[in-house]
Amino acid sequence: MIRVKGIREGLLFLLEEGNWEENRRYLLKLVEEREAFWRGAQVALDSRSVVLCEEEILALKDYLSQRGLTLWAVLSDSPSTQLAAQKLGLATRLNRPPKDKVPSLSTIVHDGEEALLINKTLRSGYRVEYAGHVVVLGDVNPGAEIIASGSIMVWGRLRGVAHAGAEGNTQAIVCALDLQPTQLRIAGQIALTPQRKGKPQPEVVRLQNGQLVAQPWNAKDR
Amino acid sequence: MPAKVVTITSGKGGVGKTTATANIAAALASLGAKVVCIDADIGLRNLDVVLGLENRIVYDLVDVVEGRCRLRQAMIRDKRLPELYLIPAAQTRDKSAVSPSDMVRLCDELRPDFEWVFIDSPAGIERGFRNAIAPADLTIVITNPEVSAVRDADRIIGLIEAEEKGPPRLIINRIKLEMVKKGDMLSADDVLELLAIDLLGLIPEDEEVIISTNRGVPVALDGKSRAGQAFRNIAGRLRGEDIPFTELEDHQGSFLGQLTRFLRRGGG
Repeated sequence: MIRVKGIREGLLFLLEEGNWEENRRYLLKLVEEREAFWRGAQVALDSRSVVLCEEEILALKDYLSQRGLTLWAVLSDSPSTQLAAQKLGLATRLNRPPKDKVPSLSTIVHDGEEALLINKTLRSGYRVEYAGHVVVLGDVNPGAEIIASGSIMVWGRLRGVAHAGAEGNTQAIVCALDLQPTQLRIAGQIALTPQRKGKPQPEVVRLQNGQLVAQPWNAKDR
Repeated sequence: MPAKVVTITSGKGGVGKTTATANIAAALASLGAKVVCIDADIGLRNLDVVLGLENRIVYDLVDVVEGRCRLRQAMIRDKRLPELYLIPAAQTRDKSAVSPSDMVRLCDELRPDFEWVFIDSPAGIERGFRNAIAPADLTIVITNPEVSAVRDADRIIGLIEAEEKGPPRLIINRIKLEMVKKGDMLSADDVLELLAIDLLGLIPEDEEVIISTNRGVPVALDGKSRAGQAFRNIAGRLRGEDIPFTELEDHQGSFLGQLTRFLRRGGG
């Protein structure tokens, strides 16, 4: 038996322990019997201990989309299933927006607030969303995005999009060794970077009187 | 020694994946290595055209994967280079006809009989790209010194890293020296600074490439072409030779340099 639960994000299909083939047959029957009823639904699949490979998830996703259902998340107890889902750009947790791709990261606690440490260069197409501060040891290339509810610190070149204080925190800051973002936002304010004159230097951006202001990093102001 | 599988990819279309595949493969084959090229661009094949083997296709990659022929039957031997083979793509199907595991199996079958297997990846980041990189031991990312191509290359490098394929090598194609000197084109250093991977080759813009592509004769076999020399250098570097990056020195400069050196030696 596959159980179906209504959740905030749509529907959750809970698989039964056992093999995928039986579950799959039952699921297809379930969907086909009441096709009109399911149409347009956002579906999350909880595979529990049933292990799914990338092709199986892809085949299911294709099948569901032909019938008007969107598979956006695959939850699982199995790391290999989670990885397969991530490769297909699906969410693996319910409380995260889909297509959230977070590369090799570890969480550290600083001043009682959570921060995410990303120990690599973020290339075009990477999107990091985090409820807290984000620290990058590496560059943020054009086409990459960081969205943080706290501050963003880049120990490298910041050339992509950075949005600090994404949930309205006007105290959030953005700083980088070389600040050349495509676009920079703090809380609700947006700024484009003017062309650099002279040599790059560490800078910090704050929200002052409703405007984004960039200043050279200066220990004396601290 | 089992073959090394090399996938050439770019993200953006039209930057020179197919030309590079054909020429590096031809250059290696002309040095006596056993080479097979696989066109993974199912539905939009053109490696056969660039190699001038279009009219000899009987079976293709999809026929092999779906079991309609043996692998050997789909391999076309080059007219000029007896050690160069091509497995063409199907033109009447699409990327979904082949899966990444099919490609891995195919390459495993080729490995014992060859020194190099080159895979020409389709543009994009979808199924076709996944198929092309699945069996790769080494990936080569090719880009042009243009902002859009470099952006796509960056994305592709990220995806290759996520697949844990190891760091790719970089080829920068179609560099116009005059424009770089005037500051109107990204320089190789600008591109390298952003992408931060190891350089494999620099290829100058060369009209000979277009002529040779139309004729179906790889430019790497033309001793006089500058792009051809650049491709031969890449082949040498893949074989582990240490070849300095002098592709971009203009002819006059290097001639004067040689003359000066010659005169100095003569005077001293």
